Amino acid sequence: MKAAPFDYHAPETVAEAAGLLTEHGDEAKVLAGGQSLLPMLALRLTRFEHLVDVTGVAEMHGISRSNGHLRVGAATPQAVAEHDADLAAAVPLLARALPHIGHFQIRNRGTVGGSLAHADPASELPAVALALDATFEAASTRGTRDVAASEFFTGTWSTALADDEILVGTRFPVWSGRTGFAVTEIARRSGDFALAGVAAAVELDGSDRIGRVAVGLFGVGSTPLRAAATEAALAGAAPDAAAVTDAARAGAAEIAAVDDVHATASYRTRVAAHLMDAALTAVIEEARRG
Amino acid sequence: MAEHHVHCVVNGAKQRGIVESRTTLADFLREGLGLTGTHLACEHGVCGACTVLVDGKAVRACLMLAVQADGHEVTTVEGIASPDGTLSPVQQAFVDCHGLQCGFCTPGFVVSVTSFLEANPDPTEAEIREGISGNLCRCTGYQGIVEAVKLAAARMRDGAGVGQ
Repeated sequence: MKAAPFDYHAPETVAEAAGLLTEHGDEAKVLAGGQSLLPMLALRLTRFEHLVDVTGVAEMHGISRSNGHLRVGAATPQAVAEHDADLAAAVPLLARALPHIGHFQIRNRGTVGGSLAHADPASELPAVALALDATFEAASTRGTRDVAASEFFTGTWSTALADDEILVGTRFPVWSGRTGFAVTEIARRSGDFALAGVAAAVELDGSDRIGRVAVGLFGVGSTPLRAAATEAALAGAAPDAAAVTDAARAGAAEIAAVDDVHATASYRTRVAAHLMDAALTAVIEEARRG
Repeated sequence: MAEHHVHCVVNGAKQRGIVESRTTLADFLREGLGLTGTHLACEHGVCGACTVLVDGKAVRACLMLAVQADGHEVTTVEGIASPDGTLSPVQQAFVDCHGLQCGFCTPGFVVSVTSFLEANPDPTEAEIREGISGNLCRCTGYQGIVEAVKLAAARMRDGAGVGQ
């Protein structure tokens, strides 16, 4: 099917883009890589009078590091981020999530900010941002503000961004020391939406106890989730295999998993427990080596 | 209804057109420029039949607006063979390995595999299967396609060139 008619705008600055959103209100939608929005328009699941293409906004491109954070401009293509050596060194969890997104053809167009702002619960990047306590930078004609990841994902395909706000960049905390990171998921085929997935990060202290642990889940609930019970069970622990398995089960037990045509909630919960167990085992091993 | 002027280079030749905002790059190539080698099946980014190169990178032409191609270079399956009609190593390998049956998905596979082998000239079979996962084929069961990618990679490593 073809999309219903719309008007297309190609602003070159954030200010210009914000002005268009203020002018057109909820009749306008930000277009980034379009790898989710254009299918939804073609299927007529949604419709807008105006699309504001931000891929030509230079200040929304680029990857930079400062003050313990890595900032990724929202319009940075996923393929650019995937092959960025500074990103891989600073935020390995993000680097390991990127190859899981769609297919390489999708990542050539799709953007980091687009995936985050689209907020599909089965997407990898929202779970990574949530797990790492990333900070979202929103801009509008009213000014700019920061939104914590814990406040950002408000529902399926819904975020804390107002109709007139643009996600311009995301700051990911840089973890240092003896760390390990893993992103793992179950999908029917490579590139399909995950039926369940885990983004896990751990930092060990000098005595091999867990100093910091973060576990994000995607494809499980109606939003990206944190496995809070898993993190609480492991924080400060000297992790052996049994402790990791128990923690994974505790985290899975508190998940509100969703039923749909692809998988039952029960299946998702059991797979999530298994994936958390495997991912945490791997990241702890990586941190021990590191 | 907003219309836009598009100027781009397609298969090495300058092209221009006037498109609606909602016109996809795939529809512009097919209906505006008559380049019907770019096939459309699902029209929502799942099947990969419409894969083209934009500035050398493989993308789905149904998930890009024609107006977004303004100022860019596009290569379609019509631009993969040599100007004299000699098939590229990827195209020849698809012929030699029976990497197609009905042929509908083939343009997308040829473009995707051309791009994939540029980035990874010596892929494992697992990497090949991941590399072609963005293209669907309902005939072959993929065995002939995987063999074609292996053969094209081997021939190109032996110096046949990518063939664009």
